[in-house]
Amino acid sequence: MKPRHRRLILVVAGLTALSITTALVLNAFRSNLVFFFTPTQVADRQAPINKTFRIGGLVEKGTLKHLPDGVTVQFVVTDTAKSIPVRYKGILPDLFSEGKGVVAQGRLEPDGIFQAQQVLAKHDANYMPPEAAEALKMAHAARLAK
Amino acid sequence: MIPEIGQFALSLALAVALAQSILPLVGAARGIPGWIALARPAAQVQFALLALAFVCLTYAFVTNDFSVAYVAMHSNSTLPLVYRMASVWGGHRGSMLLWTLLLGAWMVAVTLFSAHLPEEMVARVLGVMGIVSAGFLAFIVFTSDPFARLFPVPPNGQDLNPLLQDPGMVVHPPMLYMGYVGFSVAFAFAIAALLSGRLDAAWARWSRPWTLAAWMFLTLGIALGSAWSYYVLGWGGWWFWDPVENASFMPWLAGTALIHSLAVTEKRGSFRSWTVLLAICAFALSLLGTFLVRSGILTSVHAFAVDPRRGVFILILFAALVGSSLLLFAVRTARIGLGGSFAVVSRESSLLANNVLLSVAAASVLLGTLYPLALDALGAGKISVGPPYFDAVFVPLMAPAVFLMGVGPLARWKRASLPELAVLLRWALAVSVLCGALLPLLLGRWSPLIGLGLALAAWVVASSVVTLRDRVRHAGSAAGAWARLRSTPRSWYGMMIAHLGIAVFIAGVTVVKGYETQKDVRMQAGDTVELSGYTFRLIGVSKVQGPNYTATQAQMQITRHGRTVTTLYPQRRVYTVQHMPTINAAIDEGLMRHLYVTLGDPLNATTWVVRVQYKPLVSWIWLGCLVMALGGLLSATDRRYRVAATMRRAASSEVAVTQAGAAR
Repeated sequence: MKPRHRRLILVVAGLTALSITTALVLNAFRSNLVFFFTPTQVADRQAPINKTFRIGGLVEKGTLKHLPDGVTVQFVVTDTAKSIPVRYKGILPDLFSEGKGVVAQGRLEPDGIFQAQQVLAKHDANYMPPEAAEALKMAHAARLAK
Repeated sequence: MIPEIGQFALSLALAVALAQSILPLVGAARGIPGWIALARPAAQVQFALLALAFVCLTYAFVTNDFSVAYVAMHSNSTLPLVYRMASVWGGHRGSMLLWTLLLGAWMVAVTLFSAHLPEEMVARVLGVMGIVSAGFLAFIVFTSDPFARLFPVPPNGQDLNPLLQDPGMVVHPPMLYMGYVGFSVAFAFAIAALLSGRLDAAWARWSRPWTLAAWMFLTLGIALGSAWSYYVLGWGGWWFWDPVENASFMPWLAGTALIHSLAVTEKRGSFRSWTVLLAICAFALSLLGTFLVRSGILTSVHAFAVDPRRGVFILILFAALVGSSLLLFAVRTARIGLGGSFAVVSRESSLLANNVLLSVAAASVLLGTLYPLALDALGAGKISVGPPYFDAVFVPLMAPAVFLMGVGPLARWKRASLPELAVLLRWALAVSVLCGALLPLLLGRWSPLIGLGLALAAWVVASSVVTLRDRVRHAGSAAGAWARLRSTPRSWYGMMIAHLGIAVFIAGVTVVKGYETQKDVRMQAGDTVELSGYTFRLIGVSKVQGPNYTATQAQMQITRHGRTVTTLYPQRRVYTVQHMPTINAAIDEGLMRHLYVTLGDPLNATTWVVRVQYKPLVSWIWLGCLVMALGGLLSATDRRYRVAATMRRAASSEVAVTQAGAAR
């Protein structure tokens, strides 16, 4: 084999491998994007059915309750305009509390309840998750626009 | 008074850094010996000033000087002394000070261990590091002065975030920053080489130990961060593919690629421009990591000490440093040349493939981390990329890379023979396939991913044994074999040990992901729950008083086959100053498994939600990282990096003696 051929083989093999991995990465990326919706957008039916997405806002005061099985909790997330009931099975994060910001990731069930697989709150008591802050800001802007 | 001394020291350090970033570089370009000779003392003075500032800030924390705004924000008089000292880096301003202090420490290390380098090279390296340091010092002095006073003086401080009050947090940031900042040395060497046009094997040999040392610290830092989230957050998770974790993982991937590419450049002179590009990328990703974490634009489990307004400054600094180095690279790279050629099957090509895989992996993490931010910045909506993406990308990318780890060390430089490799490795292959097929059945459940993971771990171990045997194949006698092993350089053992660390890590990840079990249950005193053969019995729940918190503590007795294993005390604490609740899980640690108990919400006065988890081999994840870091340490301290130093020193002192003689 001439050096020129050898280099050609290397280059072609390299490019093929690179394009395969790029395709693989981009495909995995596309199918795993998780979009964010505010409670208002979910109430307006903009959120997808049967696909994981995130919602954010404040935990409405006085709505946190345990279901009879003891380990499932239900609470309402609001952006002060609209609100959505959320159900979550498991132990809530340390800083989860009523009236504080929260972000939940999961699916919207046919009965209109958001079934969360993951609930995120912040580590820092004074800090609001950016998504939750965004939801409140949008609801506020919408109210001003009216 | 003391804080003002610190402030003054910082401003002086900035002035010294500016001098250090201009004079030695100009001196090296124009050949002015006096300016070149300035580099070393400037770096040492700068470090002394930074250390003074750091001591002043620590003093303010130790003496509870709440007239300093930063101390008032991050400390409290009830905080235990060790955490008061660690609070120095518990917030944004102090972390930046720590960052520059460590940069200063690396600069001093360069001045001490560079006796064998040409003076112009040292001047350029320290000059480039001086530029980085000047940028960060300007950032601290002008936008985030840690010594700023507060008036009126508050009676007490706001306390350190309780989640940071953990021994792991005392050592994690310094380790991680040592790694981040350490890549600045490799970066400075690369830029110095581009400036001088001298990019050869000698350059790679100088750069290698520094890169290895930085990589070792980064490995330890990431492992500590992962262990912290496992022990402190109370979820039992050890890696979340969270943006802040990714921010530290990207430089690690680039740094790992850099180590391997430097090896080729040193031994064979190939991949030179690629190595330089990787050195720039590794440091750029470190800076990006600092920017991402400091700017607070991420939703993360690790986002502490954030301040959005400062993000812009770091972004500008980042753009200026990376942009100008890439420009320099583009201008100078044509001069570098390609180096030795090699066959399709050779050690070079296997290392090249490994480099491509690691770089693609780093790029895919970058995509998953930055794309949501870019989309948000453009106002196109908020999205996030979850762990499934990273899992889907990493397994197919890392599996071939791990396979090559077995082949690379056996393959010859320049041209290797595929049949010969196949013969050498056939037993290793058989053993690993058997392990992948049978071990999961012994452990209880077979799935393709578990099989693949265990096969890869076994492959690394088995191929290492083959490589070791190949090393002594022609030795003849046992004594000959021993002599051969003794004459093998330390860096070779470092490589083997780091690879074994990967095997331990893969085994840990595979087993914990495949066989971990978990239950969330409601329990009253006297209730029991069964999990993976262990019986957890809740004895009772009581109130406990800590130094700066009050806690609700459960007593949980664990038995197996009727015999007591241990008693655990999981807590829910409320820290009195910030009224912040934390979940403090209790863990029974063992080499083969962890039992992890978390006390959840109270349902009523006597009933609690309890989460029990069984985590087999979870400690192997961090053990593997520790072994990898050990490998890095061995390689970094290889004799040939030190011998070059002593030879040069001996030579120069001989010259000095002759000159003295001639003068007489």
